Amino acid sequence: MTRKGRRLLVISCAAGVLFVAAGLVLFALNDTIVFFRSPSEIAAEGTRPGTRLRLGGLVKDGSVQHTDGTHVRFVVTDGGADMGVTYVGLLPDLFREGQGVIAEGVLAPDGSFTADSVLAKHDETYMPKEVADALKKQGVWKEGEGTP
Amino acid sequence: MNPEIGHYALVLSLAVALLMTVIPAWGARTGDAALMRVGSTLALVLAGFVGLSFATLVVAYVQSDFSVLNVVENSHSAKPLLYRITGTWGNHEGSMLLWVLVLAIFAALVALFGANLPARLKANVLAVQGSVATAFLLFILFTSNPFTRVIPPPAEGQDLNPILQDIGLAIHPPLLYLGYVGFSITFAFAVAALIEGRIDAAWARWVRPWALTAWAFLTLGIAMGSYWAYYELGWGGWWFWDPVENASLMPWFAGTALIHSAVVMEKRDALKVWTVLLAILAFSLSLLGTFLVRSGVLTSVHTFATDPTRGVFILAILVFFIGGSLALYALRAPMLRQGGIFAPVSREGALVLNNLLLTAASAAVLVGTLYPLALEAYNGAKITVGPPYFNLTVGALMLPVAFAMPFGPLLAWKRGDLAGAAQRLMAAFGAAIVIAALAAYAQGGGPVLAPFGMGLAAFVVIGAMAEVIERAGFGRVPRATAFARLRGLPRSVFGGALAHAGVGVCLFGIIAETSWNAERIAGVKVGGSFEVGGYELTLDRLEPRNGPNYRDLVGVFTVRQGGVEMGTIESAKRLFTARNMPTTESGIRTMWFSQLYVSLGDELPGGGVGVRAYWKPFVTLIWIGSLIMALGGALSLSDRRLRVGAPKPAKKPKAKADGASPVPAE
Repeated sequence: MTRKGRRLLVISCAAGVLFVAAGLVLFALNDTIVFFRSPSEIAAEGTRPGTRLRLGGLVKDGSVQHTDGTHVRFVVTDGGADMGVTYVGLLPDLFREGQGVIAEGVLAPDGSFTADSVLAKHDETYMPKEVADALKKQGVWKEGEGTP
Repeated sequence: MNPEIGHYALVLSLAVALLMTVIPAWGARTGDAALMRVGSTLALVLAGFVGLSFATLVVAYVQSDFSVLNVVENSHSAKPLLYRITGTWGNHEGSMLLWVLVLAIFAALVALFGANLPARLKANVLAVQGSVATAFLLFILFTSNPFTRVIPPPAEGQDLNPILQDIGLAIHPPLLYLGYVGFSITFAFAVAALIEGRIDAAWARWVRPWALTAWAFLTLGIAMGSYWAYYELGWGGWWFWDPVENASLMPWFAGTALIHSAVVMEKRDALKVWTVLLAILAFSLSLLGTFLVRSGVLTSVHTFATDPTRGVFILAILVFFIGGSLALYALRAPMLRQGGIFAPVSREGALVLNNLLLTAASAAVLVGTLYPLALEAYNGAKITVGPPYFNLTVGALMLPVAFAMPFGPLLAWKRGDLAGAAQRLMAAFGAAIVIAALAAYAQGGGPVLAPFGMGLAAFVVIGAMAEVIERAGFGRVPRATAFARLRGLPRSVFGGALAHAGVGVCLFGIIAETSWNAERIAGVKVGGSFEVGGYELTLDRLEPRNGPNYRDLVGVFTVRQGGVEMGTIESAKRLFTARNMPTTESGIRTMWFSQLYVSLGDELPGGGVGVRAYWKPFVTLIWIGSLIMALGGALSLSDRRLRVGAPKPAKKPKAKADGASPVPAE
């Protein structure tokens, strides 16, 4: 094989790998991205049940109910709309009423939200960015006010 | 010590870094040997001043000097001494200072041990290193000064984020920074070579030890961070595909590709242009990681505070260095002469494949990490790219890497014999099939991929030894001769084999843990029991305990298997009083390579407590494998050829004396 031929081979191999990798990336991205929504957005858009979402907002005061050791119900609010969430599992350390939370899961047909993971903040002075933006949109919280 | 001394030392460091950027570069341009030599002195002075500045900050933390804002915000006088020290870098300002300290130390090491570097190359390397230091010192002084004072000083500090009050903070960030910043040296070498427009196999010899050092530290740093997250966050996960983890994984992939392509360049004088590009990319991705973590565009445990000016500043640094180096690359790379041709099936060919797949994986992680940011900037949509994306893309790209790994070292340079290599791997392949069959038998029904993956992992581990066995000639020559040859093999051969085996061990842990782990979430009252992974756990008692700056609620569990008592596990919910913030102190019991993992949830209204328990088979192999990888890197580093560094025309007595010094590179 000539030097040119070899170079061509190496380049075509490289192009092949890149092509496969790009295909993989697009395929995987298509399937696995999860959108963030606030309760008001879900109410306004009429999101279909069965859609996988990240729901964010504040845990409504007085809404947390432990039905038994591991089943929990709470309400996520952004000031504009509320959404009931059911979750099986242990809540994170910094999960508190009146604080920011992100629940990832699926919208149930009855309009409630079944979460399979619940994320709170890592630090008591910190608000998840998505939640902060959603709250700002509803006028519940303004920049510089400190975390609610 | 007075914090103003630290501040002043930092300002002096900036001046020194500026001089270090200009003087050696000017000397290299005009061919003035005296000016070039100044670079080394300046590098040592820089390390001294940054070191002094850092030490001042540490002292302020140890003495709980609450007239310093940074100490007030991140420390507390009741904190144990270790966490007062580590708290120095448990915040934005301090961690940036640590970053620059590591940078300065690496520059000083080049100055000290780069005696046999060509004067011009060394001068340019130090100048590039100086420019990076200048940029980050400007960043610290203008946006993140750790020495800002508060008047009047408060009586008590606000304490460190409890998640960070852990031995992990003493280990993880310094190791990670040694890795991240270590790639600044290979970057500096690449840029210096481009400035000169000249590069050869000797360049690869000088660069390889630095790349190996940085890579080994980065491996350890990532593994340590993973284990820390695993036991501290209480979710039992060891990798979350969190953007910040991805930020450290991208330079790791690029660095892994770099240490392999540098071998081709050193041995065969080929792939020069590509190696230089990888050296630039590895550090660019490290800078990108620093930007992602420090700018606050992402929310994570690593985000200490958000301040838009900082983000913009780091972005400017990023654009300057990445854009500048890539522009220089575009201009100068065509001037680098290509050498060494090779057949597609050869050692070089295998290493090219490795490089392609590793960089593709790095790119896939980059896309997944930046896509949400780009989309939000484009149309405001907020999305998350979750673990399924990364598992699919990185998994699919890494499987062929794992499979090809044992073949690579068995192929000859220039033109390899694939059938011959396959023949020599028959034993490894047979063993892999046996292990896959055993795994399939052990799990009964279950994911089909698990036995396959374990077979692959076994193939990688055993196949890694094939090169050593082959080169010693076991089976072909008398055993005594083979052992004699084994002793004569260069250490880098053992290092490479060990690192490859480490990958296999890590892969085994990952596959075993993800396919066979068991999880149990339960509400348990005192005296109650539950079962997880074949073990019965009984909550014996819940008791409060007091620590120096926290209160614990400890759950003591007895572990039984088949009615036989195996021991106890203590798991705690810890409340840090200064910030009124709870953390989970998970209880872990290691049995061989597997772990039982118990974390406590909230106390339940009707008495008792929520418990999350996991059985994690072979989970420790994930970190043991990473340790083995890093150990392999260290073993390669101790190879005499690398220590000697530059190729020497003949073995003069003096050259021997040089080789005896125990430094990474000269």
